[in-house]
Amino acid sequence: MATPPITTTRAGVVGVFATLDGALLALRELKSKGYESLTVYSPVPNHELEEVLDKPTSPVRLFTLIGGLTGTSLGFLFAIWTSLDWELIVGGKPIVSLPPYVIIGFETTILIGALSAVAGMFLNARLPKLRNALGYDPRFSNDKFGIVAVGGPAQASGAEAIMRAAGAEEVRDV
Amino acid sequence: MATMAPPVPRQAPPTYADVNRDIIRTLDPPGKGWFLGMGVIFLGLLIGGVSWAIQLKDGIGVTGYTPPVFWGTYITTFVFWVGIAHSGTLISAVLYLFRSGWRAAVYRAAEAMTVFAVMTAGLFPVLHLGRAWFAYWVAPYPNIRGLWANFRSPLVWDIFAISTYLTVSATFLLMGLIPDVAALRDQATGWRRRLYALVSFGWRNSDGEWRHFMRMYLFLAALSTPLVLSVHSVVSWDFAMAIVPGWHATIFAPYFVAGAIFSGCGMVITILVPLRKAFHLERYITVRHFENLAKLCLLTSTIVGYAYFTEYFIAWYSGNPIERASFYSRAFGDYWWATWTMIVCNVFIPLFLWSKRIRTNITWLFVISIFINIGMWFERFVIIVSSLAHEFEPWQWAYYTPNHIEIGVIIGSFSWFSMWFMLFIKFFPALAIAEVKEALPPPGRTHAGGPH
Repeated sequence: MATPPITTTRAGVVGVFATLDGALLALRELKSKGYESLTVYSPVPNHELEEVLDKPTSPVRLFTLIGGLTGTSLGFLFAIWTSLDWELIVGGKPIVSLPPYVIIGFETTILIGALSAVAGMFLNARLPKLRNALGYDPRFSNDKFGIVAVGGPAQASGAEAIMRAAGAEEVRDV
Repeated sequence: MATMAPPVPRQAPPTYADVNRDIIRTLDPPGKGWFLGMGVIFLGLLIGGVSWAIQLKDGIGVTGYTPPVFWGTYITTFVFWVGIAHSGTLISAVLYLFRSGWRAAVYRAAEAMTVFAVMTAGLFPVLHLGRAWFAYWVAPYPNIRGLWANFRSPLVWDIFAISTYLTVSATFLLMGLIPDVAALRDQATGWRRRLYALVSFGWRNSDGEWRHFMRMYLFLAALSTPLVLSVHSVVSWDFAMAIVPGWHATIFAPYFVAGAIFSGCGMVITILVPLRKAFHLERYITVRHFENLAKLCLLTSTIVGYAYFTEYFIAWYSGNPIERASFYSRAFGDYWWATWTMIVCNVFIPLFLWSKRIRTNITWLFVISIFINIGMWFERFVIIVSSLAHEFEPWQWAYYTPNHIEIGVIIGSFSWFSMWFMLFIKFFPALAIAEVKEALPPPGRTHAGGPH
């Protein structure tokens, strides 16, 4: 029984690194060789890894801004609308007395802004993830770094060589 | 005598794997001490529950309320717990924005304390009601005749502030837990694995997740910071917006915020000392952490002391006889005992913290933190009760002290808070795994890099 050549069955490889520097080295090398679909697993967020990956700033900030402004408007509109709905003079103040409504508007800004930031994170990070992630290993939440390179089968072999040269402890197919 | 002592090898910083092991170890099945604690807590809850049941059955008259003092220990304890909540957010959000590395080891416990303290505080407005089953009337919805809530009322502001605070601080806690719970999931088995898989939302530590997560976390911190200042300001306006002498002061918002942070830091120390000892976390929660907390206490204690002084000065300087009489009676009238307990515990005892020897001695700190907790409860008692008991006309003056029902409910509230905290530390990591790692040198390096 002839085993099919390794290059036709591979979707990609995952490299396990014991050190941050090893992972950085491999990542830089992979980037410079033109590998684009790379996933990095790391137990902590790391700026150096982020710089190499060079992804755009997360759009979560836009979610927060829009959510916050929506909250401000809703808070003020709610207080104003309910005051106009039944006009009742309290303490000789105008029906629509904006200064106290600032507090309502402020709190709803924070509330909806914060919840929108969370919603933005969930949508953009594609959470909740129900299936197993490609190449994930429980060690990546402990003390190891992981790089997953997927691409053409030939590329995968190249990726394996780069990872091993950078000091990967282990390189597996995904 | 020229022999030099051999150089003491400095303990190497823990590795990432050490962090996982040591923090996940805290979730091991609880021992005797934990069950004993839970037993005491259960007893306290029983006392609180029975007291409240009696109050529900026979009416609010079973408490010690004496006209015109109808805001007594329930509102005092409400403000006390809201205040406790504050330093949790201060440590988790404000110190995050300032990139203070020392927050990593203590913020999770402080944040959990925040959420549970707000959950405890939230009970009190309901406990304080004669007809607790109508508590929903405070929600902003139109009544049967179409009349809405009065948005000019500080009590309505309070509903918005406290419910926002509870939601945002709980969100902050749960979001911060996601990466840590993923780490727990990867090592757990059985039902715990399923629980953690659910709570971690399938988090996998990938770059795509971290990138959005860190942005979200930054914004939650940035939004929580003004929120924490606003919440206690709004609580202070519950009083300051009324014309009661002793309440009607513009200093109230900053005064309450400083007091809240002071009491919260005290409570963080009170909680961290036994936590560190029980879980042997000396390697992570170090004397430096306690010293920093002690410095925060010292700073806020001086602010609180200054506010006390200003209150008395302005009462005298205003030339208003009613205001003067109110403050004179605070210090030398019926409530002298409460006022001097407050001043001694909040202004004089924290002065010991100027000494580095005391500040870095955990036992001393623990004792001082207890005094701070007591002092800050009395501060709210003095502000609320002594002012109401000494209003404008002599025939209105009264003397109120809490009776057994109210004390029972307060015991219940401490038990309720402790119950949540004790359950939390056995289901979730009391230290932030990912953030403690972040403050350490990454594997293969000797120094923590980056701007943290």
